[in-house]
Amino acid sequence: MDFTLNDEQQMFAQTARQLFADTCTPDHWRRQMESGAVLDAERWAQIVETGFPLVLLPEDAGGLGLGELDFALIAEAAGYNALPDPLVESAGIALPLLAAAKPDSELLCDPAAIIAIEHPANPYVADAEAATALVLHKDGQAYLAAREDVTLTRKESIDPFRRLYRVDWEVAKAQPLGAVDWDLTLERGALFAAAQGLGLAQRAVDLAVDYAKDRQQFGKPIGTYQAVKHHLASAQVAIEFARPVVLAAAADIAHGDVQSRARVSHAKIVALEAADHAARASIQVHGAMGYSWEVDVHLFLKRALALTNSWGTPYFHRQRILHRIETQPLGPDQTFAREAEHA
Amino acid sequence: MDLTYTPEQQAFRAEVREWLEAHVSAVPLEHFDATREGFEAHREWEKALKSGDWGMVTWPKEYGGRGLDLIQWLIFEEEYYRARAPGRVNQNGIFLLGPTLMEFGTHEQKSRFLPRMASGEEIWAQAWSEPMAGSDLAGVRATAVLEGDEYVLNGHKIWSSRAAFADMAFGLFRAPGSERHHGMSLIFFPLDAAGVTVNPIRKINGHVGFAEIFLENVRVPAFNRLGDEGQGWHICMATAGFERGLMLRSPARYQVAAAELAKLWQARKDEPGIDPALEADVVRAFMNAESYALSIYQTASRLIAGAKIGPEASTNKIFWSELDIHLHRTALAILGPEAELLSEPGAHDWIDDYIFALAGPIYAGSNEIQRNIIAERMLGLPRK
Repeated sequence: MDFTLNDEQQMFAQTARQLFADTCTPDHWRRQMESGAVLDAERWAQIVETGFPLVLLPEDAGGLGLGELDFALIAEAAGYNALPDPLVESAGIALPLLAAAKPDSELLCDPAAIIAIEHPANPYVADAEAATALVLHKDGQAYLAAREDVTLTRKESIDPFRRLYRVDWEVAKAQPLGAVDWDLTLERGALFAAAQGLGLAQRAVDLAVDYAKDRQQFGKPIGTYQAVKHHLASAQVAIEFARPVVLAAAADIAHGDVQSRARVSHAKIVALEAADHAARASIQVHGAMGYSWEVDVHLFLKRALALTNSWGTPYFHRQRILHRIETQPLGPDQTFAREAEHA
Repeated sequence: MDLTYTPEQQAFRAEVREWLEAHVSAVPLEHFDATREGFEAHREWEKALKSGDWGMVTWPKEYGGRGLDLIQWLIFEEEYYRARAPGRVNQNGIFLLGPTLMEFGTHEQKSRFLPRMASGEEIWAQAWSEPMAGSDLAGVRATAVLEGDEYVLNGHKIWSSRAAFADMAFGLFRAPGSERHHGMSLIFFPLDAAGVTVNPIRKINGHVGFAEIFLENVRVPAFNRLGDEGQGWHICMATAGFERGLMLRSPARYQVAAAELAKLWQARKDEPGIDPALEADVVRAFMNAESYALSIYQTASRLIAGAKIGPEASTNKIFWSELDIHLHRTALAILGPEAELLSEPGAHDWIDDYIFALAGPIYAGSNEIQRNIIAERMLGLPRK
């Protein structure tokens, strides 16, 4: 039993935090919002150079063969910096599915390739326009289509960096991938949404802390007032108790049993709740400034809102936890227990 | 990260389980705060635990423990709650003062106090709060004056848990004329010493769970001072860290309650008049207990790897106290018109546990103080 991250994982997380912090400054966000670019090519090139898109790819496919825990730390850093590029959905969710379904796909040889994914859990496809190819579903079967062989209709999201599309396509122009593991894909989607939620939450708190130290009212910083302190302390408590759940869910996702699914659901619910809580507290602490487009807090509120209902709604995930409660033993010796028999 | 138990850890769990199954009585003891008889029955239980060498498994062997690590401690606690074993009457001693003694005590002090603590021979109360020093603990006025090799103690302590029946207390005193965080010392005194008057105070559940203590020229050996003179505040904060951080409230306690809640929900959910929306609260209670357990495993792993408990201990105290109230309110909502009834012997005591849970946000430093600590020491917001 060891609930700590190893040195390599901590170094990886540090690299991700640094790269995203350097390339996702408020200035970068603003320029990309104004240009409406679906991808910042310069930043994407740097991300590719670090090898982040290869983390979950098997070594045979030229990947790093690392696990979901490693990628979750990158997703957390992506959330912290409101990363506008489709790293998480492409490298964390679509690529591993493609690698499992079609290990000889030439797309796997191009580390810069972006793969978008249409999943039954989500009504729209994120970042389809920036993608080289799309994984699509029809009647439970998966298909692969090149970007130019599908028709995209943009659906505007409240999150300026979420580019959603309705995809119209024909089976005749797509390559069948057969029956794929849509369930594992949902697990990864939910887990990495949760990991991003942790980052979103912490950034919202950090922005509010900086503001509350600086902003003066009644002759002193508003951060000296307990009403302000307590908003942010409560938000931090929610983060502190969501993070171990996300890490444990990431570490155990591969078991694919009732317990591991319930833990992913638990992580998804509490991490996005923490993000929502922190973002709203942050806006409140910023006062009218927090309600302005100029101050960046709204980016975190909007991403949290979008991710809360992506990859399974809170209700969907709560039902999975209920299933674990109803079908598996409960109690203090069951925290790390595995499903005894597959029903 | 490896979230599986080693074969040694599994064998340890089996050993704990077997011993508890053989020794925990099916008939629960009377509560240790209810009567002197209940208190003494719990002392007997502590002695029985010690006979199995289970008094305080994390302490070194020479001080009455087994020298086990914090993961084994968590396993022990899980089995302890799973077996519905009696509450630890000496929790102020073994969970709070014990770790503090381990860190700040001399070898002689550890040898004198720890083995008797582990065996229940001496049961401890905490004597920190005063009428004018609650959340503002630095407002303590009780004094300690060194005369030769003895301290002379004077003052008025209050809200001292277990003091009605306990043997010893660890109190916070100051040098006359000293102010605030300076000049304080942590000093032990017997509750039956000449000059000590203990007046029990009834809690809202009717139990004499705490007491006020008057000290009038009480003489104790200077040996009873923990750490250096004037180091009292620093030592108290370390104790508070143990209290809030890891030892006081085992996750197992809430996992057992969450499992009971799920059982209650299964039994009642189809009855007429039950609010189906409570299902979400039952799931929430389970999630909260799991979150707390995972967080404590993470903390234990960090401490084993050499980290120290910091201000994040304050987040624990808020989390467990709030989850405890939510869990029990959910149970009472399911029970509906039966919620107010005192429970039958042997049944899960939802109403009493709820009343107990209401104390959680107050003791061990109110949750308002914990939020100040989080804001100032974790987040770096200005004090003034």
